[in-house]
Amino acid sequence: MRSAVLDNGLKILIQELHTAPLVSVWCWYRVGSGDELPGRTGVSHWVEHMNFKGTTNIPRDEMKGIVERFGGSWNGYTWIDQTTYVETAGKDALDTLLFIEAERMAHGLYEPDECESERTVIISELQGGENDPDQLLDTEVTATAFRAHPYRHPTIGWINDLRSMSRDDLFGHYRRHYVPGNATLVVAGDVDADDVLRRADKHFAGIDGGPPPPRLRPAEPHQIGERRVLLEREGTTAYLKFAWHAPAAHHEDFFPMLVLDAALTGAKGLNIWSSFRGTPPQRRARLYTSLVERGLASSVAGSLLPTSEPFLYNVSLTAMEGVSLSSLEEAAVREIERVRAQGLTEEEVARAKRQLRARLVFDTDSVTNVAHQLGYFEIVAGPGYFDTLASRVRDVTAAQVADVAARRLAAEKRTVGWFRPAPSRVEGPLERKE
Amino acid sequence: MTTSVTSGLTPVREVLANGTVVIVQETGFSPAVTINCAFRAGSLDEPDDLPGLAWFLGRVIDRGTSTRSADAIAEALDDRGVALRATVNRHAVILTCTCLSEDFDDILDVLADVARDPAFPPDQIEKRRAETITLIRQDQDNPAMRAAETLQQLLYGAAHPYGRPAKGTIDSVERVQREHLAAYHASRFAPATLSIAIVGDVRAERAAARVAQAFNGWSRSAGPSREVPPVPRHTSRQQVMIEMPDKPQSDIAYGFTSISRLDPAYCSHWVMNTILGQFGLGGRLADNIRERQGMAYYAFSSFDPSLGPGPLVIRAGVDPNNVQRAIEAIDAEVGALGRDGATEKELQETRQFLIGSIPRMLETNQSIATFLQTAEFFGLGLDYDRQLPALLRAVTLEDVRQAAAGVLDPSRASVAVAGPASARSASFGEASPAS
Repeated sequence: MRSAVLDNGLKILIQELHTAPLVSVWCWYRVGSGDELPGRTGVSHWVEHMNFKGTTNIPRDEMKGIVERFGGSWNGYTWIDQTTYVETAGKDALDTLLFIEAERMAHGLYEPDECESERTVIISELQGGENDPDQLLDTEVTATAFRAHPYRHPTIGWINDLRSMSRDDLFGHYRRHYVPGNATLVVAGDVDADDVLRRADKHFAGIDGGPPPPRLRPAEPHQIGERRVLLEREGTTAYLKFAWHAPAAHHEDFFPMLVLDAALTGAKGLNIWSSFRGTPPQRRARLYTSLVERGLASSVAGSLLPTSEPFLYNVSLTAMEGVSLSSLEEAAVREIERVRAQGLTEEEVARAKRQLRARLVFDTDSVTNVAHQLGYFEIVAGPGYFDTLASRVRDVTAAQVADVAARRLAAEKRTVGWFRPAPSRVEGPLERKE
Repeated sequence: MTTSVTSGLTPVREVLANGTVVIVQETGFSPAVTINCAFRAGSLDEPDDLPGLAWFLGRVIDRGTSTRSADAIAEALDDRGVALRATVNRHAVILTCTCLSEDFDDILDVLADVARDPAFPPDQIEKRRAETITLIRQDQDNPAMRAAETLQQLLYGAAHPYGRPAKGTIDSVERVQREHLAAYHASRFAPATLSIAIVGDVRAERAAARVAQAFNGWSRSAGPSREVPPVPRHTSRQQVMIEMPDKPQSDIAYGFTSISRLDPAYCSHWVMNTILGQFGLGGRLADNIRERQGMAYYAFSSFDPSLGPGPLVIRAGVDPNNVQRAIEAIDAEVGALGRDGATEKELQETRQFLIGSIPRMLETNQSIATFLQTAEFFGLGLDYDRQLPALLRAVTLEDVRQAAAGVLDPSRASVAVAGPASARSASFGEASPAS
């Protein structure tokens, strides 16, 4: 991997991969919903949307079609620590993709009409998410688990902030955070690293570099008692969610915790971009054998991702039809307490580590995913971290796993969320043909 | 090894003595291998009174064989970080997973055993039954799923295999017995209905030999597969509203039946659908509904031709008060493309996009395996990725006009909306129900 920093502070990472005639370009910004102030939650994500809506040199109507000419796809996402933009296309697109990202960094238009039009698109995105009871519960649990840290609000923002924010709020946020020194450009694929550097210099060197804005994040006080949240809405299925405060990527507890999660719910790997890939290997996992195989839950999922500051470790359960939330919670807590008291067997730890080793390979199965992983870890954990994943997993011991389980999964440190379905208000046949 | 697919796929295809097709594509991206076993055994072949049987079989097929217990299979997979998935569509049951290259032999043996000799243990059937019922209950609470399944019913009729929900109903799932699963397996899982694609860091010759070994001695014949029953062509519009009062957003599913994947006009339809609801954020539909009107986060169309005439489905999620306006926008775009066809510029950029996107369609081992299985299933040829550019270049403006005219007509559309009651009054001009 080649790495360089331009004079204006833009960091560039290049990975040559000559396995397919493709190039994947990602431009990362060290800004996410964890950098937002009360009243302006959701601004980072809305800014991401606006950055697809025209620049000085790419008229609004031409934004669509440029990447497509090279058979490419494009997208972007925002989360608590980062905002990123991606294009993967035929390798001949390289120069055009760098041009697009340079335009996005410096020359976004933010036309007032477009800001207004996007407001309702984002509210629609939020409401679509709220159609899913599990997501609704996730938002409530996260907001309950944090008292002070801005990780508490959802990345998409609170609805009232989305209704009240102005074009100037968006543009101000954009100008503050979209500076070269706050960004990392990643290029992977069928490219020549020297050529990439020359072209990146051509497109980005002229962008003025102010200092990256400081990260102002109030620290979260220690949680001293269990917190609970109950949602009762129309629905068909009951959901249970636990959240514990998790170690940040750089904390020594992170990798033992990752192994613990793999042993409890199956190893997912560490690629948030490909996390939609479905169920992990989990049939021998503790919470699967104790809850799903015993007919109490129809699914169990754990979630632990590397973040810049301590976020959450979640365990989400879907109650089996006919099983009460209280009996599911009791069984889950019993199993977690057993792990806290006794740790895991050597065999369980060894299996979890083997799973993680394999999943880390599967995480980088394409130029798009390789580029994602390089950028993600650079942004949330800094240089060099990504290369050490496999060895840090390998070095985890059963004693470390037992220790993090005992300390971090304590009852007084958890937040428990229930979604209890209320009966339907619609009587009789639900469908009406006209 | 640095095998590359920079100039197209170079798969090796072999037919074993028992009739099983093996296709291997070497790639050198990472030390991993994807195995994809596709049986011609989809929901089409379910008994009419047991919808969801194929889906159920997919949940329980890998939970025990004559020689391996459910625990032993779980152990073999989990120890190697492998998540085995069974996906079921109208015409195929597909067992697929990705493993490290070093685990290929072991995992292939497990897969072959599961495919050939499932035991369907009664305790596993009961566990997976309860899970499936919970999943169906979750679907019932999901506006997107409700709208989509209702649209399938409107398009094909509730009795048609293309019109039934893949998971079946709570009633049908409750009635599935071990002998139904065993009989279905016996009739549709046979060497000649199986095509195996292996893609990744493995030598083609060795992989094919290993498959031959794993399936050695398996020689039984499949029962006849069912013909796709005739598909109705609607002559009038139908609309259904599904009330889900507590949901913040309404989901619209709007569609038509279209063509078979084997139809010579496939590429014209592919281009037409891309223009309608795929290009960029979602073609003309997203330009109108998302970009110009700011009404929806998603508005797009998808086109899913199969052995029989598959559906062309338009989806949008909107505020309940905007349902009527969104349907009008869909009507306008569908009507315009159906009536006037596309523009020369749209045709050019769409052809260029689709041709250019072929390497991206083949970016991962999994996507290559799916591509090769599709080519095998429909008999498109091992070199289909190389044929595609010429097939797409041959599509003319007149071809696209005909494809659009044949499918897109608002007066024949089927429309399902799931969401709060306010959508009902807005969208269908009726009084809101008393609350």
